[in-house]
Amino acid sequence: MEMDRTVVAEERPTIIDTVTGAIRENYLNANYGLKSWFLTVDHKRIAILYLISITLFFFLGGSFAVMIRLELITPQGDLVQAETYNKLFTMHGIVMVFFFLIPSIPAVLGNFLVPIMIGARDMAFPRLNLASWYIYVVGGLFTLGAMIAGGIDTGWTFYTPYSTSFSNTYVIATGLGIFVVGFSSILTGLNFIVTIHKMRAPGLTWFRLPLFIWSNYATSIIMVLGTPVIAVTILLVALERGLHIGIFDPALGGDPILFQHLFWFYSHPAVYIMILPAMGVISELVACFSRRRVFGYKFVAFASLGIAVIGFLVWGHHMFVSGQSSYAGMIFSFLSFIVAIPSAIKVFNWTATMYKGSISYDTPMLYVMGFIGLFTIGGLTGLFLACLGVDIHVHDTYFIVAHFHYIMVGGTIMAYLGGIHFWWPKITGRMYPEGWGKFSALLIFVGFNLTFFPQFLLGYLGMPRRYYAYPQEFQVLNVMSSAGASVLGVGYLLPLVYFLWSLRYGRIAGSNPWKATGLEWQTSSPPPTENFLATPVVTEEPYQYSPEETEAEYAMTKKENVNV
Amino acid sequence: MIEHSEPHIVPKKTYYIVFATLMILLFVTVAMAFVPLGPFNIYVAMAIAITKAVLVVLYFMHVRYSNRLIWVAAGAGFVWLVILLAFTLADYSSRGWIKVPGK
Repeated sequence: MEMDRTVVAEERPTIIDTVTGAIRENYLNANYGLKSWFLTVDHKRIAILYLISITLFFFLGGSFAVMIRLELITPQGDLVQAETYNKLFTMHGIVMVFFFLIPSIPAVLGNFLVPIMIGARDMAFPRLNLASWYIYVVGGLFTLGAMIAGGIDTGWTFYTPYSTSFSNTYVIATGLGIFVVGFSSILTGLNFIVTIHKMRAPGLTWFRLPLFIWSNYATSIIMVLGTPVIAVTILLVALERGLHIGIFDPALGGDPILFQHLFWFYSHPAVYIMILPAMGVISELVACFSRRRVFGYKFVAFASLGIAVIGFLVWGHHMFVSGQSSYAGMIFSFLSFIVAIPSAIKVFNWTATMYKGSISYDTPMLYVMGFIGLFTIGGLTGLFLACLGVDIHVHDTYFIVAHFHYIMVGGTIMAYLGGIHFWWPKITGRMYPEGWGKFSALLIFVGFNLTFFPQFLLGYLGMPRRYYAYPQEFQVLNVMSSAGASVLGVGYLLPLVYFLWSLRYGRIAGSNPWKATGLEWQTSSPPPTENFLATPVVTEEPYQYSPEETEAEYAMTKKENVNV
Repeated sequence: MIEHSEPHIVPKKTYYIVFATLMILLFVTVAMAFVPLGPFNIYVAMAIAITKAVLVVLYFMHVRYSNRLIWVAAGAGFVWLVILLAFTLADYSSRGWIKVPGK
C-alpha cells in the first residue's frame, strides 16, 4: 500500500508551478472521471462522496418533516391518513438519525480533516474508508427501497411489540438497512482510532492535537463499542418477527423491556456520536473567531472522553415510565445528571474563550453562537427530563420532541453547517458569499426557534408526540411551529444554492482565509492529494492566536482606510 | 513505521484440542439442561458459556499471543458488555424493591 502511493507520486510531473511557485495540482483536479471518484482511496474525495450522499438524505428526511408540519397545521387529521402519518414520522426519524446525523460530521468533516489536521497523508486504512462509504450506500438503498415499497410505521425506535407483533410494514427490510449502515460507522470509527494513534506528524503530541481530533476520537470509541449492540438488537427483532423465537414477546417467553435496554444502550450514546464531533467543530471555530487559545484545553479534551464514557451509563432514562424498576430509574436519573458536568465544562470554556477575545462575526461564528445558546437550552431541558418526577409529566410529549431537536438540530446541524462554512474554502478552494451566509445563518436560528420553542410549551401543556390530530386549543402553537419550519426550510435551501454557486463563481480563497492555526491551513486550498508536500513538524501548542495582535492589525487597517 | 510483532505460529494440534474442548462443553451444556438443579441450572450454563467464549477469544482469535494493546482493546469490549448486562439485570432484579403507590 505504502509502496503504491510513493510510486504514483514519483510518476507525476512536478506539481509545483516552476514560474509562480504555486501548487497547480490538487485532489480535485489530480484526475478525472467517474472511476477516479468511485474507486478513490483519497480520504478527501471519500469525504466529498459522503457529503453528497448525506445531503441527499438530509433533504429526503426534511421532505418528510414538511409533510408532518403541514398535517399539524389543523387539529383534525386531514392531509394524510393516520397510518401514513405514522410512516412519515418514522421515516423522518430513521433517515435523519441513521443516514444524516450519525455520519454527518465524522464522515464528512472528520474524513476530510482528521488526516490533514494530524499531518498525515491519508487514513490508516484508505480502502476500508472507501468500503465504509459503499456500505453506507448499500444500507441507504436498502432502507430507501423499503420506504418506496411501502414504508415502515413503528417509530424510529422500533419498540417491541409494535415492531414485532403489530406492524405489517417493512420492518425487517428497514432494519437490515440500518444493520448494514452500522458497519460503515464502525469502520469509520476504527479508522479514526488507528489513524489518530499511529499517524500523527512528528512533534504532534496528544496535548497538541486540535480539539476536533479529541472529540472525533471520543466519538470513534462510541461507534466501535456501541454500534454492534444495535446490530444484534435488530437481528433479534428479525428473528422474533420471522421465526417467532421468543425474545421480546411475553407470550413466547420474552420481555419487551429487554428491547428497550438493548436499543438505548446504543441509541443513547448515538446522541453523543452526533453531538461530540459538533463540539469539536465549535472548539475550532470559537478559538479562530475569538482569536484566543481555547480556555482550559485539557478540560475540554477530557470532557469529550468523559461524555463518551458516561454517555454509556444513562440509557435507562428513556425507560422511566415503561416498566423499568424504580430503583434502576433512580440510578439512571442520577447518572444522567452527571453527564451534564462535562457538557457544562465545554459550554463554560467556550464562553470563557470568547471573553477578552477579538471576536469577528463571520458566518461560522454566527453558527457557533447559535450552537452555544441552543445546545444550552437543549441540555438544560435534558436535566428536566432526567428528573424522575418531571419526566412522568412530560414523557412522550412534544417537550421531548423539542428537547432532542434542540440538541440534534440546534446543536449538531448548527455545528455541521458552521464547520462546512469554515472549511469550505479548504475543501473547494473558493469562498462562499459572506452576506448570504450570514443571512441564512440568521434565518436558520430564527426559524429553528420558531419551530421548536412552541413545542416545549405544547409538550408541557400535554400534547403527546406522534399524534396526527390534536385538541383545538393547541392549534396556535402548532401553526407557529409549522410557520417556523418553513423559515427553517428556506434557511437550509439557501446554503445549498450558494455553495453550488460558489464552486464556479466564488472568490479564490487562498490557503488560509481565516488566518487560522492548525495544520490544515498550512497546506494549499484545495490540498494536494498527498495533503502536504513535505511532512509537517509540529513544535507548538494548538490555537496560538493573539487577540491583541488582531486588534492592532484591525486598528492599522482602519487608520489606512481613513487616510485613503 | 508500524511495528509488527513476530507472527506466532500456533501448531494445528492446539486448534484441534480447543475445538474438541468446545464440542465437549457443548454436549455438557445440553446434558446439564436435563439435570434438575433448580436455580443453579442457569449458573452452570453461563459458566460453561463463558469458558467457551474465553477459549475462542484466546486461541481462535489469537489474543493469547498478541501484544498488550490488543488485550486492552479486547478487555474494553468485555467491560462494555459487562456494563450492558449489569445495568440491564439490575433493572430485572430490583423490580418491586421500591413500592410505588398505585402500581
